[in-house]
Amino acid sequence: MRQPWSDRRAELTLGAASLLVCLIVVGMVVFVAVHAWPTIEHNGGFAWLGSGGNLDSQLQRMFETGAHPPASAYHLRAWPVIYGTLLTTSIALLIALPLALLSSIFIVEFAPSPLRRVMIPVVRLLASVPSVIYGLIGILVLVPFVGNHLITGAQKTSVQDTVELTGASLLVASVVLAVMITPIMVALISEALSGVPASWREGAMALGVHRLRATLAVSLKAIRPAIVAAAALACARALGEAIMIFMVSGSRSFTPNLDHGPLIFLYEPLRTLASVIVDNKEGFGGSPAVNSTLYAFGLLLLLSAIGLSICSYLIKLPLRRYQLK
Amino acid sequence: MSTFPTALPTPQSEAPRPTRGRGSSMREWRMLDRIVLGAAWAAGLGLCLVTGAIVVYMGVRGFQYLRPDLLVSRPQIAEDGSVSGGIRDPLIGTVVMTAIGLAVALPLGVCSAAWIIEYGRPSWFARLVESAIEIVAGTPDIVIAIVGIAVFQLGVLAPLSSRSPTGVVTGTSFIAAGLTMSLIALPPIYAATRDGLQAVPAHMREAAFALGKTRIATIRRVLIPSVRSNIATGTTLGISRIVGDTAIVVIVLGETLRNEPLNSTPIAGFLRGTGSTLTSYVFDNSPAGEGKAADKAYAAAFVLLLFVLLLNIAVGRISRRQAHSSGVEQGSRL
Repeated sequence: MRQPWSDRRAELTLGAASLLVCLIVVGMVVFVAVHAWPTIEHNGGFAWLGSGGNLDSQLQRMFETGAHPPASAYHLRAWPVIYGTLLTTSIALLIALPLALLSSIFIVEFAPSPLRRVMIPVVRLLASVPSVIYGLIGILVLVPFVGNHLITGAQKTSVQDTVELTGASLLVASVVLAVMITPIMVALISEALSGVPASWREGAMALGVHRLRATLAVSLKAIRPAIVAAAALACARALGEAIMIFMVSGSRSFTPNLDHGPLIFLYEPLRTLASVIVDNKEGFGGSPAVNSTLYAFGLLLLLSAIGLSICSYLIKLPLRRYQLK
Repeated sequence: MSTFPTALPTPQSEAPRPTRGRGSSMREWRMLDRIVLGAAWAAGLGLCLVTGAIVVYMGVRGFQYLRPDLLVSRPQIAEDGSVSGGIRDPLIGTVVMTAIGLAVALPLGVCSAAWIIEYGRPSWFARLVESAIEIVAGTPDIVIAIVGIAVFQLGVLAPLSSRSPTGVVTGTSFIAAGLTMSLIALPPIYAATRDGLQAVPAHMREAAFALGKTRIATIRRVLIPSVRSNIATGTTLGISRIVGDTAIVVIVLGETLRNEPLNSTPIAGFLRGTGSTLTSYVFDNSPAGEGKAADKAYAAAFVLLLFVLLLNIAVGRISRRQAHSSGVEQGSRL
């Protein structure tokens, strides 16, 4: 008969799987950091985060330096893409946060039962639609619509010296991004909301306020940390979205300029950290300078994602006291 | 609590729905409150509308452009849409990626979940594992992709991937991409298994121990079978993440239109070669890629969305059956 597994060996085997997961995460950070190091080193610390020059031409120069680039070839000023990433993420969050709050309240408190039964799979589906499908709809439906119907000829000519307005824009990128991150927030917020003990709200209602007031004043206040944590996680998702943004943002290292007026600002193309990686993927094979630059962008994304998940963990800590999850 | 005669008869999840009594008539609400309530309705219905619009639009385009022969013909590099072929290779690519990704993520996720719940000592290490998986879950797929290509460009792993004409290791192949994919399927599998194990009542373990079973025998014969449906849910979520991912395919699979085996060795050559999946096919044929064949992109995207829909329905089915058998209402959770 086969000897049964000894407990000790089983614990070690299962523990090894867990250890492997930890090693993968450490390896991830190390690999990205090592590959990004030349860029950080040759640009003297953090100078590459600043602005100056055109990123497209900087990348072009890096491609031209070939397989053995001199130190000067690493020159990089990444501000345009960092700015683009911050812009798309913050506008998307501004749209998505109220939307997610309202629809969570709706799902948990006000939706009639049949509607609620429909909404849950709907939100789940919206969260799992692949980003390339969002990108496809964005580039084939929304971008032409914005380009042909929303942007007027006068607006196009007013900035034609600096940039061509085609419809691939900050506006489309942020709106589609908002649609992508809303279901993530709805899932997290409505879970927290339904965890609030009914007696808390009933207490408020016994004092004479109606259901909406009770929800806003008691439940929503109780889960404030969960809302912030959900926003932080959604923010991490938005920062790293590559494919969709690449498709609908025009992918030009242009920085939308508020001086052109707020509407034109929204219509201007841009580029984000993640989409610039997709755009220059040829750099992974041949050109060390481009390679290192892309890993530097990846490092920024990775560190901010890790930072945001630590934040959301810390923010949610006080909720544990009330066992609200 | 039960001494209170007016306690609501409905279960906990339905509790906050008292009938509309005196003083709670909408007419007596303040204007602002009425606006907020209206906005909540609008937001909820808006989400449904957006989802409906996406599904209907993709469905219409799919029926318009998807012909059965597209599914079985290989893609060709051609400007003319009538000869540029179908989506056979991307379909195979998607299936292979899913298979490789799951083959790694499933055992890894289940084992670490079992370890953390059933052993979990030392506790600092357990916390470390927990946060490691949180971090993997929060890492953007593009970052995972560039880590993948860096790993598989290492000299040691060169036999796993293809080479460029100049002999440089490109780090792109089905194996490389599949292993990278396993990272994005890991968090849902782990989380579902962990939650399932946590919900298994302690007396099941105690009964097994009382019968003289060892810990590992309990895990294998009692616990894992009882959380099978949780594992199935997690796996389905993992599959839908793999099927829908584009960044890893574009960067680590090489994004060639057809599956290009490295050499003529039947399976190994294929796995070491580059290829495409449905997502990268859509990406390439959209105006953002080189193909500029919107009809093909729509057709492939329709098939992709169909996969995702089916996987979603599967998740709903599994969790509903699970709720039914365990008597706990879990299907209402997002």
